Amino acid sequence: MTERVYTKEEWIRGLEGLREDYTLFVPVKDGDFHAFMPMNGEKVPDFDFQNTRLSPKSVIYPRSERLFEYILGNTDPEANILQESSKDFSPRAIVGIRPCDAQAFQIVRRNFDNPEYRDPWWVRHFESTTLVGLGCSEPCSTCFCTAVGGGPFHEDGLDALVFDLGERYLIKGLTDKGEAFLAKMNGGKPAGEAVLKAAEDLTASASQKITSSPPTDPLKEKKINDLFNAPFWEEVAFGCLNCGTFTYLCPTCWCFDVQDEVLGKEGDRIRNWDSCMFPLFTLHGSGHNPRDKKVQRVRQRFMHKLKYYVDKYDNGVQCSGCGRCVRYCPVNIDIRDVCERMNNY
Amino acid sequence: MENPYLPYPVRIDKITVETEDRNLKTFHFVFLNPEDEAKFAYTPGQFAELSIAGKGEIPIGIASSPTEKGFVAFTVNKVGLVSSYLHNMKEGDVMGIRGPLGNWYPWHEMEGKNVVIVGGGFAFTTLRSSIIYMIHPENRPRFKDITVVYGARTPGMLLYKDELAAWEQRDDIHMHITVDGTNDPAWKYNIGFVPTITEQKITSADNAIAIVCGPPIMIRFTQPVLEKLGFPPERIILSLEMRMKCGIGMCGRCNIGDKYVCKDGPVFSLAQLKEMPPEY
Repeated sequence: MTERVYTKEEWIRGLEGLREDYTLFVPVKDGDFHAFMPMNGEKVPDFDFQNTRLSPKSVIYPRSERLFEYILGNTDPEANILQESSKDFSPRAIVGIRPCDAQAFQIVRRNFDNPEYRDPWWVRHFESTTLVGLGCSEPCSTCFCTAVGGGPFHEDGLDALVFDLGERYLIKGLTDKGEAFLAKMNGGKPAGEAVLKAAEDLTASASQKITSSPPTDPLKEKKINDLFNAPFWEEVAFGCLNCGTFTYLCPTCWCFDVQDEVLGKEGDRIRNWDSCMFPLFTLHGSGHNPRDKKVQRVRQRFMHKLKYYVDKYDNGVQCSGCGRCVRYCPVNIDIRDVCERMNNY
Repeated sequence: MENPYLPYPVRIDKITVETEDRNLKTFHFVFLNPEDEAKFAYTPGQFAELSIAGKGEIPIGIASSPTEKGFVAFTVNKVGLVSSYLHNMKEGDVMGIRGPLGNWYPWHEMEGKNVVIVGGGFAFTTLRSSIIYMIHPENRPRFKDITVVYGARTPGMLLYKDELAAWEQRDDIHMHITVDGTNDPAWKYNIGFVPTITEQKITSADNAIAIVCGPPIMIRFTQPVLEKLGFPPERIILSLEMRMKCGIGMCGRCNIGDKYVCKDGPVFSLAQLKEMPPEY
């Protein structure tokens, strides 16, 4: 395992030098928030952030993605036959991704890459992407990664991990992909004992700063139908606007819609992020809708993340504890409270 | 990498108007690439996504039987964007089908048993596939008595009328065709709702398995009849419908609890459904 130390200036220069090998996605200050954007010489990376408002899930799973193309008509023998759109699967790296957001890709992977089917776009985007994490020295009050099997310096799901030691960065290679990234990066020097000790202390103190931690272990023992029929869903849903904001912010929400778009004689089949908060999500052609009430959709949101996923994969909850849905919900619905209600029912 | 979203290109070979309201048509598709037919190896009870460039996809049960070679057939009700467009397409037009998708009726369990088929309205499509499959000379010895109760609102709303008449003449399948009502003096079959006719005609659940497909109201009233006859929930088999997009358990919309109707279904036993949230 490679462990190297960079001054902060060296680090930025090192990244600049990697732009030939990777498309780098880095945190950039954009208005009041940070966002992951391609490092293209114009955008200045800013690693002094708590977390980006939107998770970097769109790097691997774009909000709108062209899947197929076709021409319409009845004269061309190729007309009306779908052709897979060509894509760029050249190497990318997300530099500065928080451990919770990296963990989220592992959670989502169980959906898109399973023994029966592999989603060809998600899988190839994922495989071509190196995740260089930045540990959280100062977690937010809404963070609860430690409750869902993660932590502010959690390594699972990352290819390399960076520690912010004030004047300097320590970077650790964790996987072959991460080592390849480090091997190509110029600058830095091997880390000494003192630096490694400082990183250890940082990890310990950061973990202690995360105080909100609803346990998620009890969920497994509950029965789906018991939780489904619990009386508290009406209360949880009371203030809900069904706005769907969390589904777009959440790094583990993966549901999508597929639409055809036509311009003249040419068309595309496109997939877009979708949301279980919208009645159209489940509306049948006949007019019947199994989740036509708000409370049913709110229940689906939490049951999917905290119960159905738990039962289906036997690998924890479908949540990485990033806290975005807690911070940005317009009516203060808090997944930690809902989890506690489910635990205690 | 194999792309499970890529439809096989097909040509519409034949279109049959099934019902008097012209809202149901059967489409026979022929694969443009003959090798795709072998890749589309299916079992009765499965469905596929019918794909039209510029419009989208719809999940539809496969109405043909794997014993019928050279084509696959689907009977489509005209309801939305894709199905309405499909109803206006012509023989010779090119589109796509993607599949086969989902699970199938429990053929392994049904072997050596009496099979009771209860169908209503236009949900008879995968049941047609199953009947054709079972009465094929190679398969018929694998099953004991085959009894079918099939009903529609009126005689003109029955699907596959010529085949129904032919099956009526056979002695290796017991047909009980019914309509909710008719003033046609020439109507020679039953009059009455499917649950009522089921109660009259099915006399025993001994060594029998029941497959039920129909509108929710028919299923709701047929279920107690079958239970009274002595069918345990494990031997009452149902096929469900849901809004779907991907058909392979990824897009997230067709779940009932932790099951996806597209991948874990569409076929479930009543015993399984009793364990699942009633959200369908």
